[in-house]
Amino acid sequence: MTHNKNGASSMTFLTRGILLASVLALAACTNPDRFDSAGAGTGGAGGVGGIGAPGSASDPRSPAYFQQTIGDRVLFQVDQSSITPEYQTVLNGQAEWLMTNSDYVAIVEGHADEQGTREYNLALGARRANAVQEYLISRGVAPSRLRVISYGKERPIELCSVESCYSQNRRAVTIISAGLSS
Amino acid sequence: MTRLLTLLAALLVFALPATAQNGPLRIEITEGVIEPLPFANPAFVAENAAATELAQNIARVVSDDLIGTGLFREIPPSAFISQITSFNSPVQFADWRAINAQALISGAVSVGSDGSVAVKFRLYDVFAGQELGEGLQFNGTQAGWRRMAHKVADAVYSRITGEGGYFDSRVVYVAETGPKDDRRKRLAIMDYDGANVQYLTDSNSIVLAPRFSPTGDRILYTSYESGFPRIYVMDVASVGRRALPTQDGTMSFAPRFAPDGNTVVYSLTTGGNTDIYRMDVSSGNASRLTSTPSIETAPSFSPDGSRIVFESDRSGTQQLYIMGANGGEPQRISFGQGRYGTPVWSPRGDLIAFTKQSKGRFHIGVMRTDGSEERLLTASFLDEGPTWSPNGRVIMFTRETQGEAGAASLYSVDISGRNLKQIRTEGGASDPAWSPLQR
Repeated sequence: MTHNKNGASSMTFLTRGILLASVLALAACTNPDRFDSAGAGTGGAGGVGGIGAPGSASDPRSPAYFQQTIGDRVLFQVDQSSITPEYQTVLNGQAEWLMTNSDYVAIVEGHADEQGTREYNLALGARRANAVQEYLISRGVAPSRLRVISYGKERPIELCSVESCYSQNRRAVTIISAGLSS
Repeated sequence: MTRLLTLLAALLVFALPATAQNGPLRIEITEGVIEPLPFANPAFVAENAAATELAQNIARVVSDDLIGTGLFREIPPSAFISQITSFNSPVQFADWRAINAQALISGAVSVGSDGSVAVKFRLYDVFAGQELGEGLQFNGTQAGWRRMAHKVADAVYSRITGEGGYFDSRVVYVAETGPKDDRRKRLAIMDYDGANVQYLTDSNSIVLAPRFSPTGDRILYTSYESGFPRIYVMDVASVGRRALPTQDGTMSFAPRFAPDGNTVVYSLTTGGNTDIYRMDVSSGNASRLTSTPSIETAPSFSPDGSRIVFESDRSGTQQLYIMGANGGEPQRISFGQGRYGTPVWSPRGDLIAFTKQSKGRFHIGVMRTDGSEERLLTASFLDEGPTWSPNGRVIMFTRETQGEAGAASLYSVDISGRNLKQIRTEGGASDPAWSPLQR
């Protein structure tokens, strides 16, 4: 399914180059190395670069902008699913973007760190994804444009077994995709 | 002197149950074994040339099964005074007593003209100078030789411990490859000792927590095949599978069969809230068993089907609860320090195995069904997901190592906390589920 692939590949991408500005952000990014070699600020598809180029991270209407400038994720405290004020700001931006760019739909992926049993973490990830979904709905995003999924502890982005990694893995990531499909 | 001590220790342990129907040759598993019981297992007699290799292999697997329990110790053949050259010749008990073999196994293997295999064995109580139980014969195919060996070992184990065996059983698990941030998972099934691995799914989608039906003919598991976590039921023989019915926009996981083999309990998440449901597999009719804003998951039936143990964080942290098979007000049974999850009811009905998280460590433990007599059997960075051997005496579980190179593998441990060991698998492995004894 496309949902699944987009989710997995964009996560890989983010670990490598969250600050890279690349129009490839949500294009078929099966090989994360491409983003490193693309270099910051250089144009991607079609060699089109520059400020405000359609589809680039500097284009406020692009998914790349959503991902990198607004911020596509919310981090959570241990075993919690409440959204702190810092991330409410991020979600306000996400909601605004979604309201402006009504062609897109979003899937919110919930994740947990590895310090928990597998099935509980699936449920916990679902709680987190749902908290984000509810917040976005409360800011006016149509429920029909949002779906949630939990990966529990199955898809960590940081690999060490200490809090600095765990805190990055306890996350809910909003993945944007074109709404016409699915 | 050493021999005397050994004998004394053995007598202490084996003489305890005065009610034992089998005389002094007996191991009481729950008491813990001070000294493994020494046994001799001379090479099985090959009754025709075609059986030579099989006879050796079968005897080897029988010994490995017994040694692997930690309850038995094999006397090396180099110590033997006499040999067994014919299945029916009288046993020279004095020769076996002299090397302190408490138990003696003799066996014979023949291959028929049609390729079928017959395995015979006898078990002797050497110090009593008599057979323990009657000689038995198993018939099978050459491809199934391991199963025949396991059946012999099960009979030996069963006669000496008074418990059911567990060697002729299988384990379904999740085989893992790849780095931690790109882990590939697929379902696999193997013999309890890691032999005869067969992969049941490809690694294109995440699969989690398979569980056997009560007869071992089907497997329930969770897969992301559809893009979302969903429960599937697979027929082991044909490897055919189908998804259980579900509603769009929900996630379902943590399935487990009831003893009737038709009812399934599982978790369903909707609107971020996870509760426990039950479904009649043949009709697809589902009903809700819990209804709270907290997380309810990991349900497991009692062997009589009357109750369900599960975990819930309704108190603020994960704890274990028991409710009736149709729901109702649950009773909390875990009250120790830390968090308790993944409860699994023992096939004997007497204990509940669980995962405990406390002070940054994970443990596999057991408690009585009223929550009393909690015992932690293991401790590590991450142990989780216990499954019971068919006789309720051994627990297999997942152990994951920490750090960037962290990987999962399968371990087993006795309910006494002894005999912790890793199960050999090709690559990483997690989420084991032990089958019932095969028929």
